[in-house]
Amino acid sequence: MKPALQRRLPLIVTAAVLAVLYVAAGLNYDHFFSLGVAADLFTDNAALGIAATGMTLVIFSGGIDLSVGAVVGFTSILVATLVEKKGVPPVLAAALALGVGTVLGAGMGALIHYFRQPAFLITLAGMFLMRGSAYWISTDPTGLSHPALTKLTLWDWPLGETAALKLSAVVLLAVLVAGGVIGHFTRFGRNLLALGGSEQSALLMGLPVASTRIGVYALNGFFASLAGLALMLNSGSGNPRDGIGLELDAIASVVIGGTLLTGGRGNILGTLLGLLIFGVIQSAIRFDGRLDPAWTRIIIGALLLGFILLQRLLGRLGRRA
Amino acid sequence: MSQPPPLLALRGIGKKFPGVTALAGVDLTVLAGEIHALLGENGAGKSTLIKVLTGVYPADAGEIRLKGELVRPASPKEAEQCGISTVYQEVNLVTSLSIAENLCLGRQPGKGGFVNWPAVRRHARTALARLGLELDVDAELGSLSVALQQMVAIARALDLKARLLILDEPTASLDEKEVGDLFAIMRRLRGEGLGIVFVTHFLDQVYAVSDRITVLRNGALVGEYLTAELPRLALVGKMLGRDIAEATHATGGTATQTPTGAPLLAARGLSRQGALHPLDLEIRQGEILGLAGLLGSGRTETARLLFGIDQRDSGELTRDGKSVGLHSPREAIAAGLAFCSEDRKHEGILPNLSVRENLIVALQARQGATRPLSRAEQDKLCDHYIRALRIKTASPETPIKNLSGGNQQKVLLARWLATRPALIILDEPTRGIDIGAKAEIEALVAQLCADGVSVLFISSELDEIVRNSTRVVVLRERRHAAEFTGTDLNAPRVMQAMAGGHQAHD
Amino acid sequence: MIDSRLQRFLRSPVVWPLAGLALLLVVNLIHNPDFLKIGVLEGHLFGAPVDIFNQGARTFVVALGMTLVIATGGVDLSVGSVMAVAGATAGLCITSGHTSLPLVLAATLGAGALAGLLNGILVAYAGVQPIVATLILMVSGRGIAQFVAHGDVLLIKHPGFEYLGKGFLLGLPFAAILAGLLYLVAQAALRRTAAGLFIEAVGDNPVASRFAGLATARMKCLAYLLCGLCAALAGAMDAANIGAADPYRSGENMELDAIFAVVVGGTALNGGRFTLAGTFAGVLLLQTLSPTLVFLGVPPPVASVPKAILILVVCVLQSDRAGRWLRGLLPKKEVA
Repeated sequence: MKPALQRRLPLIVTAAVLAVLYVAAGLNYDHFFSLGVAADLFTDNAALGIAATGMTLVIFSGGIDLSVGAVVGFTSILVATLVEKKGVPPVLAAALALGVGTVLGAGMGALIHYFRQPAFLITLAGMFLMRGSAYWISTDPTGLSHPALTKLTLWDWPLGETAALKLSAVVLLAVLVAGGVIGHFTRFGRNLLALGGSEQSALLMGLPVASTRIGVYALNGFFASLAGLALMLNSGSGNPRDGIGLELDAIASVVIGGTLLTGGRGNILGTLLGLLIFGVIQSAIRFDGRLDPAWTRIIIGALLLGFILLQRLLGRLGRRA
Repeated sequence: MSQPPPLLALRGIGKKFPGVTALAGVDLTVLAGEIHALLGENGAGKSTLIKVLTGVYPADAGEIRLKGELVRPASPKEAEQCGISTVYQEVNLVTSLSIAENLCLGRQPGKGGFVNWPAVRRHARTALARLGLELDVDAELGSLSVALQQMVAIARALDLKARLLILDEPTASLDEKEVGDLFAIMRRLRGEGLGIVFVTHFLDQVYAVSDRITVLRNGALVGEYLTAELPRLALVGKMLGRDIAEATHATGGTATQTPTGAPLLAARGLSRQGALHPLDLEIRQGEILGLAGLLGSGRTETARLLFGIDQRDSGELTRDGKSVGLHSPREAIAAGLAFCSEDRKHEGILPNLSVRENLIVALQARQGATRPLSRAEQDKLCDHYIRALRIKTASPETPIKNLSGGNQQKVLLARWLATRPALIILDEPTRGIDIGAKAEIEALVAQLCADGVSVLFISSELDEIVRNSTRVVVLRERRHAAEFTGTDLNAPRVMQAMAGGHQAHD
Repeated sequence: MIDSRLQRFLRSPVVWPLAGLALLLVVNLIHNPDFLKIGVLEGHLFGAPVDIFNQGARTFVVALGMTLVIATGGVDLSVGSVMAVAGATAGLCITSGHTSLPLVLAATLGAGALAGLLNGILVAYAGVQPIVATLILMVSGRGIAQFVAHGDVLLIKHPGFEYLGKGFLLGLPFAAILAGLLYLVAQAALRRTAAGLFIEAVGDNPVASRFAGLATARMKCLAYLLCGLCAALAGAMDAANIGAADPYRSGENMELDAIFAVVVGGTALNGGRFTLAGTFAGVLLLQTLSPTLVFLGVPPPVASVPKAILILVVCVLQSDRAGRWLRGLLPKKEVA
């Protein structure tokens, strides 16, 4: 196999899986092939996509962040409570939430880097911390009624007569572009991949390992908070239970998108494809109406298994070449 | 003196680690436009010296001058900024990224933290062109051969304003043609006025490419020589720390007779790509077969293939005339083999477990989990070996990591003796341990032989191997080079065979 | 002699969780002098300590398997999902009329063994990193559980099965007795044979273990298999306790609780020496923490905040950097 092809194989497989799923769903269900359904794929999965973009960057560096779902829930209830119950201006509340997410991420990154602790454990603790904090603010959902927030909730960008992108979908697209630029066109992004490829080499090449690692967890915390805002606007309420299990879906999207879970190789475009696979499966199950929604998770798990084994196989072939 | 100062002058470099003096009073002088070979056996201090030079470790004593100017690099990055660049044996690049990216990581052209990809590619092509290389700069580094990765690493190292290039065992995994290509590049760079420090184990390469040689031994400077004026045999003598004249006195063979009869273990055409050329080897019962050779000659590789740690590409093994697989340590142990690795820390001890557990683990592994040795049996074994090998430990329950190197080594020997092996492979069993323990281990080897156990004895110490073996096989450049027994077995002849070249015994 | 035994005890890793436990008991006793009081009602013991043992039984069963996996240098993130799968399997068996208890248990444990085997094969033979390998079942396990339970919470009416979770034997909660028995069996199986030594060797230095003739891959695979079995048993106990198989909530957050108990109990996260007694103490600490927090006015959903902070502190304290720093802080003391 040619090396260039071998390198792109995971992405090609992902694109093929997406195409097959989309066409199969379209042929099976009436009205599936419509701009509206396609636009909804982005709106419905905005929070997941935003979180997956940040997760992609973390995984580039060879790390993982299990706290994003909890940060989503925390942000959602924090902003809703501040705005609706405490009368804080929405902009200020959102800025505060984004700040908390960023600081939390940086703190976890520092613990992981300076104390050489496994990322999964530190971020698992971060998950408990944030989920508990979310319940601390309130155990019950809070509906949004602030005029500015309801306006944002209802805002959309029409794409023709039957389709529109909601604000959250627009944010998702912006985040994907930003993630792509960071990952592919900045030194920071390239340093992430170098760090994930080989920390030893990164150190010997004189790359700023500490700031890169802490930076990427901080950035991911920011994106997770942003995902929380998107979810809150989409649902029209703040809920401390928002985002439970979101981190797993985000990781699954990243891996299905061809990014190596051990770090050093991957791309944001793949994450978008992985996200769309996720969305298409969910929509198809919804269109069907008879299938158990549990199938989403099972199919994703099977895809995850398949892609992880594919990566191992390619890794072994690559080493032998 | 009115002479301009040399490119690099290290004077009186010293470095101590807890319990070990790694370097003491070492000098190294490298001129602009020369290839300077840095040689020495294991533990000579080459890698420590290079780490001091590249800012990985701070030196405890001495000074580093570049063009007469005092420098004190505190990190590899600072060393690079001074003009000292290093290419390591294990290529320290990121294989999952492109060639262009590897050449530019950390110093990509572009503004405000953004990367200007077209400029990166241009820059990469220029850097490769300097070495006369034309590669697709977008190709993934991992898709290249190790040799080409090495070249890319050199291109990266030269990229800045490098004045001194350190090549740390760059040829270890290259084939002949690749070595030739590398040498062409080294000569080209020498022509450009670069100083090159070249670390290698292969003497042919030293004579092929270097101008001068500095030899280290046991952390101290042995001397600096012009390559053209130092015969190969003399060089080996300096590396092993003995004179040719003196060497003639040493005669070998503790065992009174060379055992004959069918071999206990025989290898035919044993080989593995990049590790060993096809090798025939026979070990008879009750003999101590010495495996001699310089570092990198294939000694350890042979042991690993025999013990099933690495898989052989070809070759057949027979035990008592019957064909055996030996594809894993388990199989080898079942066939009555034992292997004491040279890398005690990574391949030998279970650091947090007790002396007792370390001692019984191989025997227990062979018996299986469901047939545990009773505590009384374990204690008996421990008592026996602690006394027999004079292992100094506070108690059998002390974690082995708290013991000295020599005592750890004795516990590992005891681990294998407890399995009552027919053949025990000892890879550098006396490295890094004190003289008293060394003598005890040598006595033990003789005792084993007397008890009818076969020993494959691997050592870089010429005297030791000649003194202890009944027969010695010399490996050179991963091939069988010579074999000595009886009156033929003496240090000068073994040394000559190890050195090879024109003076080789024929 | 007594002195040296005391010293050895003070140096053992079990001291820390026990000290933490003692502290929590003191706090509780100050708030509620009757905290440790055990009463008898209808021939059953009741009281806070009984609850702690009863509730802690499931966590302990999971943590037991987790201890083995962590001792080999791995981790299993899928235990919570496996619990849900196992509960759902039991629920499915019972609701579909296959009510023979041995059959139900065989199916339940079989599901766990299968899950553990998948994890083990991926880690030990395919060479996938443990967190990556076990993530697959962590993600899909709940989906499988929901699928098995047809997306519902399955009500379980089966006195025999329910006994696992809420039965009493000789006045004691059966779940706690079961966990205690499992502890004794595991202790005997690991320490009366060489299995425990082999697991520790593999975790301490896998390369040296292979060179010493241990079947390292098989040991690792076995650890994941046992961990899957333990998780399945805990899933069955959970379903039995609430009388229903809940594919959504059963085993939620169990992975962290189990890892917490193991790490706090003194088994190092990078493998090697393990102590089941330490894990037991860790579970007790964790289970006592919850009622203590309630006494202190922390609502149950928020209880995860102090838990998270505690585990972060423990992790940081166990790291080399903190170790060096602390040693530098203490006056130099000769090791006796």
